[in-house]
Amino acid sequence: YKYAPVNLKKDEQKASDYASKLNGMKQVPILLIDGMTLTQSVAIVEYLEESRRSSGHRLLPEQPQKRALVRIITEMLNSGIQPLQSVGMMKRVVALRKEYEAMNADEAMKYMHKWAASSIDRGFVALEALLSKLNNDKGFVYCTDDQSVTMADICLVPQVYNAERYGVDMKAFPNIQRIHDNCMKLKAFQDTHPTKMMDAVPPPSKQ
Amino acid sequence: SVATQIMSTVPSDSIVLYSYWRSSSSWRVRIALHLKNVTYKYVPVNLKKGEQRASEYASKLNAMKQVPALLIDGLSLTQSVAIMEYLEESRRFSGHRLLPEQPQKRALVRIMTEMINSGIQPVQNFAVMKRVVAIRKEYEAMNADEAMKYMSRWGVAVMEPGFVALEALLSKLNNGKGFVYCTDDQSVTMADICLVPQVYNAERYGVDMKAFPNIQRIHDNCMKLKAFQDTHPTKMMDAVPPPSKQ
Repeated sequence: YKYAPVNLKKDEQKASDYASKLNGMKQVPILLIDGMTLTQSVAIVEYLEESRRSSGHRLLPEQPQKRALVRIITEMLNSGIQPLQSVGMMKRVVALRKEYEAMNADEAMKYMHKWAASSIDRGFVALEALLSKLNNDKGFVYCTDDQSVTMADICLVPQVYNAERYGVDMKAFPNIQRIHDNCMKLKAFQDTHPTKMMDAVPPPSKQ
Repeated sequence: SVATQIMSTVPSDSIVLYSYWRSSSSWRVRIALHLKNVTYKYVPVNLKKGEQRASEYASKLNAMKQVPALLIDGLSLTQSVAIMEYLEESRRFSGHRLLPEQPQKRALVRIMTEMINSGIQPVQNFAVMKRVVAIRKEYEAMNADEAMKYMSRWGVAVMEPGFVALEALLSKLNNGKGFVYCTDDQSVTMADICLVPQVYNAERYGVDMKAFPNIQRIHDNCMKLKAFQDTHPTKMMDAVPPPSKQ
């Protein structure tokens, strides 16, 4: 695929062309594929799996019960945690505080990070509890399986990146950490890492 | 609590839904169960009394300390979207199809579903609203009434952008005419199941629905159907006031 950067720091997602033609929610990502404009990462992942089932790696297991577990973990992350710590949400929360107390840019940043870390922490407590019970309390190499990553792992790894960015104490979440580290041994996670993207700051070093 | 007492007494082959009458994600699952012709036992979890935080509920049923939770087929399921996808996959030919066949149409249903399920509802649920009120209370005392007004303002402020986006998407479909339901003239899907409870919340918090004619129309069309009527919050055993006997 072609990678087209949308600079969120410069509010490029709010540009009227982007919002009206591509993503009414004024967020990323969007995927132009098979003549369609797709948004919502989970909807995109499900579509990739259904339209390209035998290509590459399976993103969901076969069995409905295992698929349910993958989707539960996915939604804990996708709707239970990430929306509460998005940049948009953090800005709203800072705005509330600024109604009463002036904050310089640095204080505002610290405040936003505290909110984000708190939101992630709450969700990670629940996720850790769930992951630790699987496989007769041993957990798996990945979220739901010893052999294969799924959509759940795909959601977990970026959330851990955010957790580390905002200062969540990951020592409380050994299963989440282990699964993250196991995933990061795989090229699909390494080669797509934020620091390797063309729009990364600083730019990725040429290898 | 009632919820955990029930856990130890239900036979393993029965289906049990842990729900709060006006939790929009609980209502979604109720609608889906109705559409799939699945009978189940309804166990109320009183969010106002914090029953979702009881340690047995949290450890055995829903570690996120939320509703809904569904005991089914020997599984303990959470996350309304995961539950609906499971109902569809495990009971594909029972009752109504919750998702269309074709991957492109399924993608559209899932996009709308997630716009609501992750884009709108999580930032206006009660738990978030309490955190937001707590920020203000660091500076300014608020009585219960003022807190409720403040939370409603927040709810409206976060719902409106989501509805603007959803309205824009819906209005473009079917050559700019929109459909009877979200994605189809004949059939409701998971997208409609998510839309209707979100409109209930929107009305409850004071969103001006005149700006969203497609969302309103689809909501009203869905509310003509028994799956939506019979599962409405006001009809639930834990509704306040209690539902009138008919």
